[in-house]
This record gives sequence, structure tokens and C-alpha cells, in this order.
Amino acid sequence: MKTTKSYRPLVSILALMMAGSAMANDVRLDLLTDNSPNSLAAANALVNAYMEENPGVRIEVEVRPGGSEGDNIVRSRLATGSMSDLFFYNSGSLLQALNPSRTLVDLSNEPFMDNVLPSFQSVVEANGGIYGVPAEAGMGGGILYNRDIYAELGLEVPTTWDQFMDNNTVIAEAGYAPVIGTFRDTWTSQLFVLADYFNVMQEDPDFHAEFTAGNRTFAESTPALRSFERMQSVHEAGYFNTNYDSAGYEDGLRMLVEGEGAHYPMLTFAISAIVETFGDQVDNVGFFAQPGDSPDANGLTVWMPGSLYINQDSSHIDEAKDFLAFVASTRGCEVIIDEIGASGPFLIEGCGLPDDVPQPVADMLVYFEDPERNAPALEFLSPVKGPSLEQITVEIGSGIRDARSGAELYDRDVRRQARQLGLDGWN
Amino acid sequence: MYGTRKLVVSVLAYAGAALFFLVPFAFVALTAMKSRQEASLLQLSWPSEIHLIENLIQVIQVRDFMIVRAFFNSAFITVFSVTLIVIFSAMVGFVLNRRKTSWNKMIGFLVLSGLMIPPAIVPTIWLLQELGIFRTLHSMVLIQVAYNISFGIILYRAFFSTIPRELDEAAIMDGAGPVSLFFKVMLPLLKPVTVTNIVVLSVVIFNDFVHPLYYLPGDQNVTIQLTLYNFQSMYNTSYNLLFTNILVITIPMLIVFLFFNRQIVSGMTSGAIKG
Amino acid sequence: MTLLLRRTASQRVQKAPSIDSFYPFWFYIPAGVVYGLMFLVPTFASFYFSLTHWTLFDQRFIGLDNFREFFAEPFLLRGLINTFIFGFTTSAGKVALGMMLAVLLTSNIYLRSLLRSVIFFPVLVSTIGIGITFTVLMEPHQGVINTALQYMGIQGPRWLTSPSLAIYSVALVEIWRGVGLATLILIAGLVSIPTDYYEAARLDGANAWQQFWRITVPLSRPAVATVITLSLIDGLRTFDLVWAMTRGGPGFSSDVLASVIYKQYQAGFYGLSTAGNVTLFLVIAVVALPIVAYLNREES
Repeated sequence: MKTTKSYRPLVSILALMMAGSAMANDVRLDLLTDNSPNSLAAANALVNAYMEENPGVRIEVEVRPGGSEGDNIVRSRLATGSMSDLFFYNSGSLLQALNPSRTLVDLSNEPFMDNVLPSFQSVVEANGGIYGVPAEAGMGGGILYNRDIYAELGLEVPTTWDQFMDNNTVIAEAGYAPVIGTFRDTWTSQLFVLADYFNVMQEDPDFHAEFTAGNRTFAESTPALRSFERMQSVHEAGYFNTNYDSAGYEDGLRMLVEGEGAHYPMLTFAISAIVETFGDQVDNVGFFAQPGDSPDANGLTVWMPGSLYINQDSSHIDEAKDFLAFVASTRGCEVIIDEIGASGPFLIEGCGLPDDVPQPVADMLVYFEDPERNAPALEFLSPVKGPSLEQITVEIGSGIRDARSGAELYDRDVRRQARQLGLDGWN
Repeated sequence: MYGTRKLVVSVLAYAGAALFFLVPFAFVALTAMKSRQEASLLQLSWPSEIHLIENLIQVIQVRDFMIVRAFFNSAFITVFSVTLIVIFSAMVGFVLNRRKTSWNKMIGFLVLSGLMIPPAIVPTIWLLQELGIFRTLHSMVLIQVAYNISFGIILYRAFFSTIPRELDEAAIMDGAGPVSLFFKVMLPLLKPVTVTNIVVLSVVIFNDFVHPLYYLPGDQNVTIQLTLYNFQSMYNTSYNLLFTNILVITIPMLIVFLFFNRQIVSGMTSGAIKG
Repeated sequence: MTLLLRRTASQRVQKAPSIDSFYPFWFYIPAGVVYGLMFLVPTFASFYFSLTHWTLFDQRFIGLDNFREFFAEPFLLRGLINTFIFGFTTSAGKVALGMMLAVLLTSNIYLRSLLRSVIFFPVLVSTIGIGITFTVLMEPHQGVINTALQYMGIQGPRWLTSPSLAIYSVALVEIWRGVGLATLILIAGLVSIPTDYYEAARLDGANAWQQFWRITVPLSRPAVATVITLSLIDGLRTFDLVWAMTRGGPGFSSDVLASVIYKQYQAGFYGLSTAGNVTLFLVIAVVALPIVAYLNREES
């Protein structure tokens, strides 16, 4: 069995316990994950690899929908005491809404947490406890683009928003859709706003703290409102594909790869999906961070990986911890890379990426090399995230609502969420 | 002259019905036969290759035969809740029709409320949790009984008014008690309306999407309508499998329809006319 | 079924107490217990919970704040307005279309009962299945409906993605789904009209149109009332179809109360969600009940 030093004592205790019980009494754990092809494949791969090394444990993978439907399932199953032993879920603000100190097992004293990079620990932390280990790669939010179109039209990767819009003009004249919108899957509409946070931080480094305290709103902060205005400007210029209203995420990926559209604002986890469906054509696709106002402050908004957590009510907490130790080891990330490929950096000590990563991943990794050129998305800096953002960005992107009124609406949405969390300063 | 007119009207009526009512079902069936690629074009066309069998196998096998589990869960909920509704609502309809008291108005009001008022969702979840039966099939049975019993009572009450009281009196003369009067004498007479009730309630409960969505979260308790989620997620949609799934879950209703068509039609309308 | 709403009209004399003992009150108990526990208790509890700030773990009394929020928030208010639009357009549509079909299906055509079955079948099919099917048929750029319209030289609208049209498109599908039942009930109403009325009218020289408005419409009032009652109740409470077709979108433009309730529940705003429930309760109690009571009043 491959183990790291740090948790060998734990394993030997477990081994003793297992030796005592007959093999027939396999310990059975349940693991709940979402139904995105990536998380499902990664979860199955991790579980199978672990079970091979630990024959006394059986882990069953259970699937739930993603998005707000899934958030609700996770929340209500925790509240009603019917959560599986282990579950995969977002880190950051969505984790905070689970009230972790009352529902999840604190892992801060586990030796395997030494393998988890501090930057990740901070997004699974609440009231002094640390609750999860990363179970996927880190991601960037930005713009996937079609390299063939860029080459054909002689365009360069933009480092300011204005250059981006100029590129769009050229692309539109050439008869391609400059920006791919896929509003049937409403979650995809949020990217222009969420991936702009690096740019917000350049002008207002304390936005997240002031925002969490209830002192700053989107509508009244110039840089934050600008994120919404960018969405509006793309709509007003008519840069979205004609079927932005009814196309879905999958259509978006196809349009990008096949060159119907040039830009697709997206999270980089989409790269795995492109590899899965289109294979080598992924190298037609490149990636750049959503540009801001200044070419000197051009950087990437980063999404922390989702995480595996242990339910406080589980009757097999020790076995679950042993599984997390496996996930938080280099072995764990190898299993994931083998299964779904390398889509971004891992936040586990010693986890490297293979040399031949797909083109867009390589484009993204550049931003990770320089700490000045990346910053976490707002949801990893603040526990507050309103649930209706995706409807609001659909409205702005379709011209139903303008940026300011959208930002105001979102501020009220946020306020409700903050009060729900019982944060100070929101009454 | 008159004959031609009849023919013209008939042909027009059938053309219209085919266009508006058969095309959507034809679309479901055709899409269920296509490959994933072809189905994603969303066209109404004959499939270039028939993939119905592969699609069916995939729909049935997906996620450890989830659809089979779902079918059993839905069947369990439907059978038990319909049985309880039929017995309970016939009992209420019987006494309500036969015994005139000042309570009748009150009960009539409650029955009407049950038909019209939307159930309070979150408080119900709270209650189920307090009782320790949240996420159980049994609690779903009780909920379906509570939500649909008004309909049953209304149909039965209407029907009892067509059964002459002399029958009761004769049975009582013969020494029947209240229980045997109801179960031995009345219940057999109710057969037509009972069939209507069973068919209509089965359709409603089997096709229920909302309440299992709220009260039965989790894979173990999945019901048949929720299996449609398998092929439609925020990341991808397989239209061929999605429509195969729709086809599969419609088959039980198609069978019900073929067998009870006449019964449903006459039952629904007689319920409307009596009262 | 309307008539369901009417108190049983029989004016029998009170029986002697002795016979009443054969209709014991305890027959009410099994139904009463389940209904009371699973329906009435949560309904009453909802009045309290709608006044609380209610999270996963605690609740706190906050008075009418949830309702204030509900009526101040444009998208929550939108849900309320759409609920009315949906309830009334579907009722009207089902009555109007159902009446036309009922007249057609009681007239002299071939294979009438086959046709009745065909239009009734959608009533038995899963609403979600229908919703998914029509979402695909109504796809604005490559969907079957707009492709067909294009052949006729018509540029089809963005059925489900235009904010001003989406709720009506869903209503249209609801009418399609429910018109079979409406037609059946109306047919039952039509056949109960004595034929001598029509003969008398013909003798007076009334044409078919006049006969329809002077005889058919007034005399099928009970059946019409039933159809309106049923479709109003269904329409105001509707959720499945909206959820399957638009999820309330684009943005918030086709939200109805029931979808708002679900979204607030999903977001974990349990107090707000329950306030939505109480609002829906009030809409039905204040708006629908009087309409239903009026429609089903005893003819004088």
C-alpha cells in the first residue's frame, strides 16, 4: 500500500481494527457527488483506486444534480440527518452556507492536511475548523477562444477590455459570432461578472471585506458595477450568437471548437469536456483571462477546487478520514489526472502536472506562475453569494434589464443571503 | 350534399387532430429511435438508422437500473395511496351523504379546501422531520392520501346520492351493522365510481413530479418522473435517451388508457354532471 | 365535478337518531387523521413560519418582513402577476377551445369517439414529459414549430426565450394538455341539453350561430363552471410545466408563485418560501374561491 509517512499510524490502527473484524463485514461508505461528467468520473476513479488498495472498505458513489438544485439537496440532507458519509461540494461561500462547524467533521488536526496547500485550506475554513480536502484541479474563469479564428484574422490575445471589444468587431465583420452565449444553461451566463473579480480587486483591493461587512454594494462600487456593464456592452454591440437564448453549454463548446464562435466566457473545467468530446481539436482552443482596463494589471480570476467533506453524523468517520488521506496524497491527484486529464493545478503538495497539457491549460498555467497575475473569485473571499445571479445575468445579457438595475437587484439578493447567514452589519 | 359535408368536416377534424395532437407524440417516438447526434438536431424526421433498442437498453441500465427502482417506488406509492384513498374517501362520502348534521357544511368546506389550497411545502418537510419519517416512501403515501382524498370524497359523495336509501334500510332489517352495511352492501355497489377513482388517482399520483421532488430527495427514493433528470443536466443533454425515457414512463399510462379509456371518459363526465 | 361544490341538494327529512347510528362518525376518522396531520397541520404552521426568519438550524420571529420583501421585490411580484396571467388565460383558453371541440365532437362526424380519445390522451401523460417535448418543439432556431412556420414564410417568435412571450407559450402548452378534459366535461354538458330547445329555435328561424349563443352557451353553464373551476385551481397552482419548460426564465420573466416558492426553498430561504405559500393561499382564498362560488351558485 502506498502511503505517505504522515498518516501511517492512522492506517495501522485501522488495519488492526479491520483484522479484528471478519472480512465479511466490509465497511460501507456512501459518497455523494454531482452529475457533471468530470466530478462523477473523478469520484469513481478515486473510489475504485482506493478500494483496490483497501479491500475491507466499500464506497458507493451516489449522484445528485448540480447547480442550485444540488445545493438544496446537500443543504437539506445535512439538515435532516440524511447525508451520505462523504460528499463532494464547492468550497468557499457555498460551503459557508452549510454551517460547517455544526454539520461537518473538522479535519484541522489530521496529519494529511499538511499535504493540502494553505491557499486551499483558507477556503474550507470556518470558525477555526478546516473541513475539506481538494478533490479536483484548480480552475480559472476567463475566456476560451478559437485559435484558428484568431490566426485567420491576425488577432492578438487582448490584455484590455477595449482590445477585446475591438477584436470582437473584427470577428463580427468576418462573419463569426464574436461571443458565445448559452443562456439555456443559465449558470453559463455569470462568467463575465464572476471572472471580472481580478479586475475589481485591482481598483478596490478591499472590496470583498467591505462587501462581506455590508459596507459596499455592486451597484455603488464603480469597478464592481463595471463587471455588469461589460455584460451589457457585449449585448448592446450585438456580439452574442443569434441563438444565445436557446443554446446550452454543450452547444457552446461545439461552436467554439468548430469555429462558429470565437470567444466563450467559461470556467476552465470545460477543457476536460472538450478533450472528451473533440479529442485533439482541443488545441484549436486557447484561453485568456478576462481583460480589464489596464494592460499592466492583467490577471486571472481563480476558482478553488471543489472539496470532499465528511458528514458529522457518519458512523464511519475514521474510515472516511482514511479515504480523504488518500485523496489528499499525490496518489489521489495521479488518479484524477489519469481519469480526466490535467485541467489545472492541484492544491496538494507534490502534485505536478504532466508536461504535455492541452493548449488552453498551458495558456492558463501562465497566470498561475506569477502570484501577481491571479486572485481568487469573490466567492472564495466572502461567504456571501446571492442565489439569483444567473437569472440576473441572463436578463442583462438578453437586454431585458440594464447593468445598473441588475446590480441593484443582485445587491438585494445578496442582502437576503447575508441575513440568512446571520452576518453582522446587514440589518 | 349532407354526406359530403360530413366527410369534409370529418377530414378537417382528423387533419387538425393529427397535426396538433399526434405530431408531438410522433416527435417523441422518432427522437427516441435516433442516435445522439441525429437527435440533437431536434428535427421531425425519420431516423436514418434505428437505435431504439440500444437507447432502451441504455435508459434501463443507466445508474444501476435506476429506472427500475424508480418504477417500483412509484408503483409502491401509487398502489398504497390509491388503496387508502378509495377506502377512506368512500367511508367519508357515505356518512357525509347519508347523515345530515351541522357538521356537513364544515366537512364540505374542508374537502373543498383540500382540493384548492396549495400544500404548505416547507412546513410539511418540517413536520415529517419532527415525526422522523422524512424521505420515506411511507410518508409519501400519507402525503398523497392527504392531498388527493378530497377528489375521492367528492366523487363518492356524488355517487352515493344515486343509491336509494331503501337498500340501507333493507340491509339494516337483515341485521347488518354499520361496518358490514358499508363494506358488504355499499362498497360492491360503488364499483363504477371506484374504477374511475382508481384510474384517475393512479394517473395523478404516478405522474406526480412536484411532491416527490420536495419530499423524497435522494437516489434511493427516486420516483419515475425524476428519472428524466438522468439525461438532462446542466452540463449535457442526450435528447435521444431523454425522449426514450419519456416514452418508457408513458407506457404504463398508455396501457391504462387503452384498457380504461371508456371508463375514464364516462366516469369523469358523470362526476361532473351529478354532484 | 363542479357541481361538486354544490351542497347535496336533497332536502330529506332528518332520519330518526336510531338509523344515524348506522352512519357512524368514526368513519370520518381515518381520512380525518391523515388529512389533518399531513395537510391541515402544515397549513396552519405555515402562517407562523411565514412570519419567521427560518434557516437550516434556527428560526426567529420577524413579523411581516417576508411579505414586505415579497411585494417589494420586482421578481417576486412578477411571479404573482404571472400566476394570474397563467390562471386566467389557461381557463379562458380551455373553455373557448374546449367548447369548439365539444360542439365539433357532438356534431355528426365519422369515428367521434376515436377523436375524443385522441384529444384526451395528453391528460394522462406526465406533465414533465410534455413540458420537455414542447420545449424542444418550440426551440426558436431549429425547433419543429418554427421550422414549419418558416416553410410557410413566417418568422416564428422566440416562444420560450422572449421575456414578454414565455409565460403565454407555457400557457398555450397547458391549454393543449388540458383541453381534452375540458372538452369531455363540456360534451357531457352539451348532451344533457334537451333537443327540443334546438327544434323550437329552428322553428323560430334561428341560425346555427344564434342557437349556439342563445341555447348552447347558457344551458351548458354548469359544465363551463366546472371547467373554469378546475382549470383555475390548476392554473394558479401550476408548477411542473413552468419548471420543465423555462424554470421561470428568461431571467424571472415567466416565474409563477409556485416556481418562486420552489426557488426560495432551494436557496434555503425557508421563511420567504413559506410566505410565498401563504400568498398563494390568499390568492386562491380571495380571488379564486369567490369566482368559483359565483360560478357554481344555485340557479335561481
